[in-house]
Amino acid sequence: MKKDILKIGSDFFKSRLIVGTGKYKNFKETAQAVKASGASMVTVAVRRVNILDKKKPLLTNFLNPKLIKYLPNTAGCYSADESLRTLRLAREMGGWKMVKLEVLGDKKTLFPDMIETLKATKVLVKEGFKVLVYCSDDPLLAKELEYLGASAVMPLASPIGSGQGIQNKINLSIIIKNAKIPIIVDAGIGTASDATIAMELGCDGVLINSAIAKAKNPILMAESFKNAVISGRQSFVAGRMQKLFYADASSPSKGLI
Amino acid sequence: MAKIQLNGRKIKLNNKYSIATLLKKYKIDSKKVAVELNRKIINQSKYKLIYIKDNDQIEIVHFIGGG
Repeated sequence: MKKDILKIGSDFFKSRLIVGTGKYKNFKETAQAVKASGASMVTVAVRRVNILDKKKPLLTNFLNPKLIKYLPNTAGCYSADESLRTLRLAREMGGWKMVKLEVLGDKKTLFPDMIETLKATKVLVKEGFKVLVYCSDDPLLAKELEYLGASAVMPLASPIGSGQGIQNKINLSIIIKNAKIPIIVDAGIGTASDATIAMELGCDGVLINSAIAKAKNPILMAESFKNAVISGRQSFVAGRMQKLFYADASSPSKGLI
Repeated sequence: MAKIQLNGRKIKLNNKYSIATLLKKYKIDSKKVAVELNRKIINQSKYKLIYIKDNDQIEIVHFIGGG
């Protein structure tokens, strides 16, 4: 296949896989998994520095932000204001404009609060952020985010960290068909084939964390996801065969003895 | 002496501290963090210029692993 580059806003990415950096055993394992995944962007969280433990290892010492793009998230934020505060701090730290907005609405399902999400998106776009927005799989709200100026829309496949895979293919397909900006499936992917299905549906990318970090062998699973995303994308671009109701023999009937 | 709140903890500072010297005291690399003073983000270029006062609330954050 020709060079297949993911374009978000004015940025280009070689890989269509974005990986999270949470839930790993340690930073060494995180770094190894990120490398194996081939991802060119990783999500990171913003948290208080532990002022009592001066020797605590730093993520930046294992994943060089100059070599791999950091996508700061707002995980743990339950309002537009908290999210804005977090992302403004993130921008101060890294100078990046590309961020992942995720305003949660419920502790049990971690479903997004879409009212607060829309509010925050508006402000962030105005402040010059390139916003990738975690959202519900509602086609109308996904379109609304596009109108508000989001750089990419990231509907959930199923609840964050649940590993339940894509639960609403129809909605996801409608979101993809309607969109003029990248659609990246975020949350709920459980295994490599889920990522392939997302890419075959026509998603522009996928964001994976738990499915890699919680695998028995995260580094091997990271590589598996790398292949799954490439495979699904190639399959989408190639265009699948038509489904038939009955059989259609693969060998010619002509010349049969 | 100043009583402040640093990352949610009550701290007593016996000397006069700028944000830069406070970061040094806790061995924090100023290039890897962002600082908020009383809910206002402080640009790195001002760390040496701003001194900490009584009742100040300071947040020092950095990037950690997340999804």
